[in-house]
Amino acid sequence: MKAIFMPVAFDNSPSLSEYAHPEALVTTEWLAANLGTEGLVVLESDEDVLLYSTGHIPTARKIDWFTELNDDVLRDYLDGEQFAALLSSKGVKRTDTVVLYGDKSNWWAAYALWVFKLFGHQDVRLLNGGRDKWISEGRELTRDVDAVAPSEYPVIERQDAEIRAFRDDVLAHFGNPLIDVRSPQEYTGERTHMPDYPQEGALRGGHIPSAQSVPWAKAANDDKTFKSLADLKALYFDGAGIKEGDNVIAYCRIGERSSHTWFVLKYLLGLKNVRNYDGSWTEWGSLVGVPIVKGEEAGAAPAPKR
Amino acid sequence: MSRTDSIQELIADFGELSKNDKLNLLLEFSDNLPDLPARYADHPDLLERVEECQSPVYLFVELDDANDVHLFFTAPAEAPTTRGFASVLHEALDGRSAETVLNLNPDFPDLLGLTEAVSPLRINGMRAMIARIKRQVREKLV
Repeated sequence: MKAIFMPVAFDNSPSLSEYAHPEALVTTEWLAANLGTEGLVVLESDEDVLLYSTGHIPTARKIDWFTELNDDVLRDYLDGEQFAALLSSKGVKRTDTVVLYGDKSNWWAAYALWVFKLFGHQDVRLLNGGRDKWISEGRELTRDVDAVAPSEYPVIERQDAEIRAFRDDVLAHFGNPLIDVRSPQEYTGERTHMPDYPQEGALRGGHIPSAQSVPWAKAANDDKTFKSLADLKALYFDGAGIKEGDNVIAYCRIGERSSHTWFVLKYLLGLKNVRNYDGSWTEWGSLVGVPIVKGEEAGAAPAPKR
Repeated sequence: MSRTDSIQELIADFGELSKNDKLNLLLEFSDNLPDLPARYADHPDLLERVEECQSPVYLFVELDDANDVHLFFTAPAEAPTTRGFASVLHEALDGRSAETVLNLNPDFPDLLGLTEAVSPLRINGMRAMIARIKRQVREKLV
């Protein structure tokens, strides 16, 4: 029997309506009013593994990118069976509306959302402004963790092709736009890693030829919400030369910061073809023989390799 | 109470816990990081920033007449993992001899088993705290 998909009512806030897919966002007001609604699951995904435990939105459950979304042997994400087991353990049903939020302008929440979309979970939304906005508005936090009844999440085969790029996809992509969302120092190649920690970086510094530098956090306001549509268009269309209808790949160091940009390009600006290259610089900067450009210039795109 | 075994005790305490309980214990440490004494709280310029940490954490090391080490940390509440690391290091090293501190195994985070629960970048932050504590101790010994 096919489960009937009945999403929780969308947030019709005027602050979201200008975006291409306002249904992918909710406001803090909406979430506060809808907590406890049947079919709504709230998940917190943070960079800091302890942050949820210091206090979280009532009813929210924790999902951790490092210990839960990655395979712990392969450099890859969970497979269908692992994802089903994880979501079942968190009591998430395939038909549930999932609202994700987190620290650092939803950086890690966007990453979790991207993984959910690899498995085609239909209704996943971000809380605009994330954890910080909720707290700055003085809204309720709790340390209570309610027991969760396990659900039966189906085993869904992961579908990488549409939103995930591998290194060969990048080599074949040349001539189409690439966005590098790392810091300017990482883009120029001045820095390949955090200071003094070469094992966290790559063997070479620089960027993928022709990639435009748009550090991910430029898409967020000071209050951690997403910038207005006009500002986003100025940033990515006017600033980085992207056009509607373009096929875009975004990357960073391991694919987390670029998930944030992927979300902006796909759901806020409405580009149909956007992929996240999660191998990112830790892979590209250590691959033998791939082209690299150092310095501030984007550099010319090599011939695509298909 | 003798503190001579605080390092080994911590390794034993963390070692027997599951991944989730390790995080709970780290949270407990995070909640209990001692506040800065007034002489540092009023003079943040005296504290050294640990640049390698993703969250702002500052530390200061004092040596007393017996060359025992006293540690002072501050990190914001929004950075509980960083606070937890600082608090664990305080528990392990505060009041110990300079020699004991300098001999702390740089793989201490691995010995606690934290690498299975906390991302590598974070663990590097804890290693950096250890390295900076040792450097300050060395500077103050001369």
